[in-house]
Amino acid sequence: MGGTVSANHDRSNLLEVRGLTKIFGTLTACDHIDLNIAKGEIHALLGENGAGKSTLVKMLFGSLEPNSGEIFWDGKAVKITSPGVAKKLGIGMVFQHFSLFEALTAAENIALSLNDGSPISTIAAKARALSFSYGLPLDPDSLVGDLSVGERQRIEIIRCLLQTPQLIILDEPTSVLTPQEADKLFETLERLRSEGKSILYISHRLEEVKRICDRATVLRHGKVVGHCNPREETAASLARMMVGSEVKAVERAPAEGIETAPALLEIRGLTRKPATPFAIPLKNINLTVRAGEVIGIAGVAGNGQGEFFESVSGEVLQQDAGSVRIRGKDAGALSITGRRLMGAAFVPEERLGHGAAPRMKLSENLLLSRHATDGKSFVGSGGMVKNSAVYSAAQRIITAMDVRKSAPDPEAAALSGGNLQKFIVGRELDRKPSVMIVNQPTWGVDAGAAARIRQALIELARSGSAVLVISQDLDELFELSDAIAVMHNGQLSAPLPIAEATFEKIGLLMGGAEPGHAEHSLEIA
Amino acid sequence: MMRIELVKRPQRSALFSVLSPFIAFALTMIAGAIMFALLGVNPLDAFNIYFIQPISEVWQLHELAIKAAPLILIAVGLSVCYKANIWNIGAEGQFIFGAIFGSIIPVLFPQFEGPLVIPLMLLLGMVGGALYASIPAFLKTRFSTNEILTSLMLVYVAQLFLDWLVRGPWRDPQGHGFPQTIQFGDSAVLPELMPDAGRANWGFVFALVAAVAIWLMMSRMLKGFEVRVLGSSPRAGRFAGFGLNRMVFFTFLLSGALAGLAGISEVSGAIGQLQPVISPGYGFTAIIVAFLGRLNPLGIVAAGLVLALTYLGGEAVQSALGISDKVARVFQGMLLFFVLGCDTLIHYRIRLIGVALMKPNAAKLDAAPKLEEAR
Repeated sequence: MGGTVSANHDRSNLLEVRGLTKIFGTLTACDHIDLNIAKGEIHALLGENGAGKSTLVKMLFGSLEPNSGEIFWDGKAVKITSPGVAKKLGIGMVFQHFSLFEALTAAENIALSLNDGSPISTIAAKARALSFSYGLPLDPDSLVGDLSVGERQRIEIIRCLLQTPQLIILDEPTSVLTPQEADKLFETLERLRSEGKSILYISHRLEEVKRICDRATVLRHGKVVGHCNPREETAASLARMMVGSEVKAVERAPAEGIETAPALLEIRGLTRKPATPFAIPLKNINLTVRAGEVIGIAGVAGNGQGEFFESVSGEVLQQDAGSVRIRGKDAGALSITGRRLMGAAFVPEERLGHGAAPRMKLSENLLLSRHATDGKSFVGSGGMVKNSAVYSAAQRIITAMDVRKSAPDPEAAALSGGNLQKFIVGRELDRKPSVMIVNQPTWGVDAGAAARIRQALIELARSGSAVLVISQDLDELFELSDAIAVMHNGQLSAPLPIAEATFEKIGLLMGGAEPGHAEHSLEIA
Repeated sequence: MMRIELVKRPQRSALFSVLSPFIAFALTMIAGAIMFALLGVNPLDAFNIYFIQPISEVWQLHELAIKAAPLILIAVGLSVCYKANIWNIGAEGQFIFGAIFGSIIPVLFPQFEGPLVIPLMLLLGMVGGALYASIPAFLKTRFSTNEILTSLMLVYVAQLFLDWLVRGPWRDPQGHGFPQTIQFGDSAVLPELMPDAGRANWGFVFALVAAVAIWLMMSRMLKGFEVRVLGSSPRAGRFAGFGLNRMVFFTFLLSGALAGLAGISEVSGAIGQLQPVISPGYGFTAIIVAFLGRLNPLGIVAAGLVLALTYLGGEAVQSALGISDKVARVFQGMLLFFVLGCDTLIHYRIRLIGVALMKPNAAKLDAAPKLEEAR
């Protein structure tokens, strides 16, 4: 136990943090953070990606050691040296990325973390009782691999509640939920608050913070920039605090004459067997993207979006060459290079290690996706790379997309996520592709860069290209798309024109309301 | 009380990627001095005999080139494999099979003579090494076997196969029962470069040409880029449209061919016939050469000369001081050990910290390393 008694502090605060600082190399991730959490409140921790939220909660949960600063628990100074210490104090945490074994049952996963030697059946019974009392139905005997993301989150929450914590930390809990599932979660949180428990709620979604949180602490670049009552703020004023400046709204001119425009990307009966036991099979996917339009694909993470992207990009080939057609020609049997040569461009979800090689320079990362399409300008006779041509093209993209960097041609890993994403998107836009497929275009990207990327995608479409955007961020899809389709369990619904789409309708489809029959399910809704 | 902590650098250090082999060499010397002292020999005398005397005359430099040639040839091939994150550990076997294939002409068709013999032998040697290397490549791409194990195990197969050949079907009938093939004819012997000055043969030229060619490929050509991308981030490589299976075959065939070329050059140039043992472990020592040379073909030329010297020095201390020539292996092993150890410094820096760290003023301790990075 790391608890030592010192001066008495205000007992009405369950947790009090003074001057907490964490330094990684040259980066000060958390810079003298002050934070008070009262008993029985839902306290929001707001901030953009990279503001230091995750670092702060990792220190509160004992998985990172602070460089300096003090933590008071119930008025007593404590040192939280490990997650075990945090649990003993009464701090529980639900992580953004679940730490569950897919091949084990829910109860076995819970038993692993409780580590108190009680038999699985006892734990399963306790978990079942708790889950019903909080309205979070869960079958403890089901295999985690078979559960949806929302159900997996329930396991994490129940696992946390079984340890009867006083403070529950939730890290971006709704990022993997449908709007309806999120509503359920909010009810549970309100119930926990009424029982006198405290909740630290980490999010960058302003509407939900306004809805359920009593107080908010806003972080920017590792520093606290303000405490406020979110109910008295507007979403715009909260965003200003988070970002530090006004964020320019994306402009989307209405698309015209799309019905008659040529279909540049056609997907016909795309089916794929799961490659691994936990992969999602794709089932008879049909979609047409025409010149000039942006189609969005919504869906909770892990419903086959990754498998779909791999199939359409050509990283995985199709049996039926006609299941993917680019600019009117069969492309299903062609590799990713072949599809690029037909005019398609791709931006994968993972930036480092998939879209870009981390330890390679930006100019080399330009060559990565364009060595074949720009073979004439980038590769000379005998396979020699024309370094100066590649370098100047990279500089052109850097300027066009306003990529901020510390050296003329730095390694990809040296860039912040948002700047690297601007480069990766710019790398493809620079080709003026006639078909552009982007998976999670602004995941983990700060608001300013995100707006720029979205605007660029809309402009590409309006200049006559077909743009397909896969995203978990519904706000983003509503901002970008002319129509939204929903992916659920490897199936894709018919696209819903943006004029008819609402959060509620899309949310129902995300939850699995009769995919493929969007119109029908809407009548029920 | 102090404890030592490794702190990850924000970027890899260019300084230490150059310095690391030199630090490793210095540490090897220190450890070597201790070893000689424990053996009861004055370290300075031993170093003189080990490292200076073997290269004090011109003919000795030729001997150095003979030893360095196979090491460099094999190591530049291996460097391509390792850059691609493909682990060919079986160059020794590919070396032997290159030697066997290349020897087909002088052993089975000794009556065939003329200027074509040597080029054909060299070509066959490369084919033999490449074919033998294609076995682990095939097993890896077809069955996902671990190429480290298969390529290593195939070394012993190759050694025993050679042993059987020279004792059995290929034994010289006039050789008084000695396990060796006939002496190669004149037109099957790799010519010496400067016969008046020493024994060094064309193998050393092949090594230098291979090093420059591979350096050009790795640094300037799209193929080299493909190797580096697939080696450092395979998923990004797949996104680029580069095939990993093709790369496995490419690197194994290339490194196998170069090892085979080294094998036939050694047999045709330095030995002149096949024997049960034709290599003092060149295929394994070349792994050290590849890493000591930072997987850079030009660095490998320098590293090859250094490791060649350990062989000559080993022979020298054996004859002059009566110390086992296994001391060469010890030096090689220590070098690899220290090189790999020092490579840590490229990605990490060492920080000494007091144990009572978790005080509020701990942040100040961080200021010092930050200054060091700012330089």
